[in-house]
Amino acid sequence: MRYLPHTPEEIREMLAVIGRPDLDELFTSIPAGCRCDGAIGVPAAMTEWQLGDLMGDIAATMTVGPDHCMLVGAGRYHHYIPEIVRSLAGRSEFLTSYTPYQPEMAQGTLQGIFEYQTLTARLLGLDVANASLYDGASALAEGLLMGLRIVKRSRRVAVSTAVHPHYREVVKSYLRPTGYEIIDLPCGADGRTDLSLLQGVDGLAAVALQSPNFFGVVEDLKRVAEPVHDAGALLVAAFTEPLAYGLYRNPGQGGADIACGEGQSLGLPVSFGGAALGMFACRGEFVRSLPGRLVGETVDLEGRRGFVLTLSTREQHIRREKATSNICSNQGLCALTTAIYMASLGGSGLRQLARLNYDLSEYLKAGLVGAGAELVFSGPTFNEFVLRFGGDFAAVRRRLQERGIVAGIDLGGSYPQLAGCWLFCVTEKATKKDLDTVISEVRP
Amino acid sequence: MNGIVGASGLILNEPLLWEKGSKGRRGMSMVAAEVPSAPVDADLCGEGPDFPDLSEIDVVRHYTRLSQWNFGVDSGMYPLGSCTMKYNPKLNDRLAATPEIACVHPMLEDACCQGVLRIMFELQEFLAAITGLDAVSLQPSAGAQGELAGMLIFAAWFQSRGERRTRILIPDTAHGTNPASAALCGFTPVPLKSGADGRLAVETVAAAMDGETAGIMLTNPNTLGIFESNIGAIAAVVHAGGGLVYGDGANMNAIMGIADARKCGIDVMHLNLHKTFSTPHGGGGPGAGPVCVVKALESFLPAPRVVKDEGGYRLAAGGPESIGRLHAFHGNFSVLVRAWSYIRSMGPEDLRQASRLAVLNANYLKARLKGTLHLPYDQPSLHECVFSDLLQHGDGVTTLDIAKRLIDYGYHPPTIYFPLVVPGAIMIEPTETECRDDLDQFVAALKAVVQEARDNPELLRQAPVRTKLRRLDETRAARHPCLRG
Repeated sequence: MRYLPHTPEEIREMLAVIGRPDLDELFTSIPAGCRCDGAIGVPAAMTEWQLGDLMGDIAATMTVGPDHCMLVGAGRYHHYIPEIVRSLAGRSEFLTSYTPYQPEMAQGTLQGIFEYQTLTARLLGLDVANASLYDGASALAEGLLMGLRIVKRSRRVAVSTAVHPHYREVVKSYLRPTGYEIIDLPCGADGRTDLSLLQGVDGLAAVALQSPNFFGVVEDLKRVAEPVHDAGALLVAAFTEPLAYGLYRNPGQGGADIACGEGQSLGLPVSFGGAALGMFACRGEFVRSLPGRLVGETVDLEGRRGFVLTLSTREQHIRREKATSNICSNQGLCALTTAIYMASLGGSGLRQLARLNYDLSEYLKAGLVGAGAELVFSGPTFNEFVLRFGGDFAAVRRRLQERGIVAGIDLGGSYPQLAGCWLFCVTEKATKKDLDTVISEVRP
Repeated sequence: MNGIVGASGLILNEPLLWEKGSKGRRGMSMVAAEVPSAPVDADLCGEGPDFPDLSEIDVVRHYTRLSQWNFGVDSGMYPLGSCTMKYNPKLNDRLAATPEIACVHPMLEDACCQGVLRIMFELQEFLAAITGLDAVSLQPSAGAQGELAGMLIFAAWFQSRGERRTRILIPDTAHGTNPASAALCGFTPVPLKSGADGRLAVETVAAAMDGETAGIMLTNPNTLGIFESNIGAIAAVVHAGGGLVYGDGANMNAIMGIADARKCGIDVMHLNLHKTFSTPHGGGGPGAGPVCVVKALESFLPAPRVVKDEGGYRLAAGGPESIGRLHAFHGNFSVLVRAWSYIRSMGPEDLRQASRLAVLNANYLKARLKGTLHLPYDQPSLHECVFSDLLQHGDGVTTLDIAKRLIDYGYHPPTIYFPLVVPGAIMIEPTETECRDDLDQFVAALKAVVQEARDNPELLRQAPVRTKLRRLDETRAARHPCLRG
């Protein structure tokens, strides 16, 4: 096997140094009752060629491929990834290194993450960002737990039902054994969260809204922030499509205390939902309650600028069970990848790209409404929106799929009251021709 | 330092991203708008972020230079104990980037996703076969989230039985994350002392086990690299007391095809695909921490999982007992593909051989370094061995100094000051992918460092001197945090 470098002779010589007759004798500490019976039940080894062929066969079974026009978002977005992002993030010095515990050997990772933290904090409009969490969903759960730590004697959080339904499921999983209560906030006709349920609720730690929300609608965070803060709670702004902040106000400008969400759309492949990136930022006063890794600037013995992991007294390996989280890694390479993407795009590029997504999305929205579809929510959107159709849209969608376009997802699975409503997403990868095809297929 | 791999090359300086560039530069091509610009609600608009504008070559040079300040497994030996820094096969990266796989949207119907579901289903089956356990969820994104899944399963199991148990036993040789994972689920960690032989004694567990105790979290082999030989009896005590046994599988690389988790009495176990199954660590992630359970706990696993029936592969939602989702979609899928590719490449014999050679390498290093460094637990060890700086105290140098000097010799230092049961610990895990020549060179380097400690200890205290930067002031970083530019 090419990954195992030992020759039989080397094995014999090494065993002689150790003083054991054979490899099995290295395992005498494992009692007979703990031993495996026979060989591991996995298929026989494949050569590099055979495995490449098998992957080719598997790829051939995929009925939706890279040439399809994807008008589907809902938490994962098909954006163009520049070649330099793949190429630079694939450099093996980044790929095959560990968490930067020895900073003198890991300044590349450390400066890269410091830059990621900076770009993330600027993008989200908050003072400080951590080195990342697993994904947007667990980032939201950690954000709410952070709120519960910060707001004394709190025992409740409120989460909008327009937050991605999978995120809400993850929040439930994280909070279930703790006994904290989760209040579900409904949506109005404009697709924005209705806060009226919060009247008179006490012990509230945090209110979580997503913007743009699961229905693509941009929440008016500024309007929400005041009553949330008046209730003594923190405003937690979740997101799945951070590109929106190239056009719309970011969470910090909206008055959010904590922003947490998914970074996939900034240069990571969709890849069936992972590897993902949990982006997490907050106001400066809460930095010691932050979960996760942080990189900070310092100097070396000769006074030169350098970077290290810092404020680790918050973390599990020092504080054990009193840590701010059990997380002991970050999504290092994913964070670096999005930093490379943000650097490639630049401030000007990000604004342009956001505008392009918005314009294309508005074009399809107007075209489909013109073709007879009904816009379900009246609020402003970014690159996603929800429509209801008079006829059998599922049949239209099947026909479009045969022509290489995947048009929307049915919301009935997650929202029974929205059965027959479809969530669309348009990114810069869609062409006008694709969008015109969809519109003409819908037109009666 | 003749014959040593450490050398100095031309390393270039590079400023921070926002210290370079010029407004209006562009590093990414942009398509021209084919549709008219639509009106937008000005009240909601922002100004966009304050990012630097850079050209493509600006970005390429920036990250190429940064990468050259980094050390990875591809650069050289990385014997970090408990981290299993084995070679990360290139084929796995290529397969994970297969265009048809890398583009799959996670909200599509199962019928569109048969290929990716097949990979997930097979990986679930492979991991069950490797651990000896019955059912697997691939949701957790890292070892710590796998632990969290395990503790959530514990909590849900007792809740389903109408029992309230609040304590969890954690030996001092377990992984450091265990107490925080247990605490997140409302359990109070109860520390247990390991014995003089580095193993947990059955009596220690029996004395601590009671009706309030949910179970035990055991790392096996433990962080001293020693197999917990009493695990069968320990599990029996815990089970007799109505508790469950959690096996932290981070050190699975020692025992693939050799020890069977179920026969050890383990009920729940997480695996680190970025350790045992060769997926790259990426400077901190992404990893993957699948959680494996016995049949009785299958219904509590995180969901969805992939099942196979006449219709093909499909995602099955969790039942009422499932702890639910831990990830927005299906875990770190691109990491799962790499692990699948590794297992497919290795097959049953070479997986077992990998563990045998990992243990051979660790024992070889132990035999060659015994006497040079203090060995606090002289026990049969598996994939790693733990030394300390006790013999160097007279020279006035510490574990940290030894570690920093090893950098000058071209090695990533071992894990230091962990496990906590060994003061000044130097925890070495070579993994199976290092050849004998490289181990010999590492031994020579370490011996040279120890000799330097005697002859010229200041060399160690000043180390490293060949890196781009010297030792960094971590105290200053924490006292005056500067976390962004």
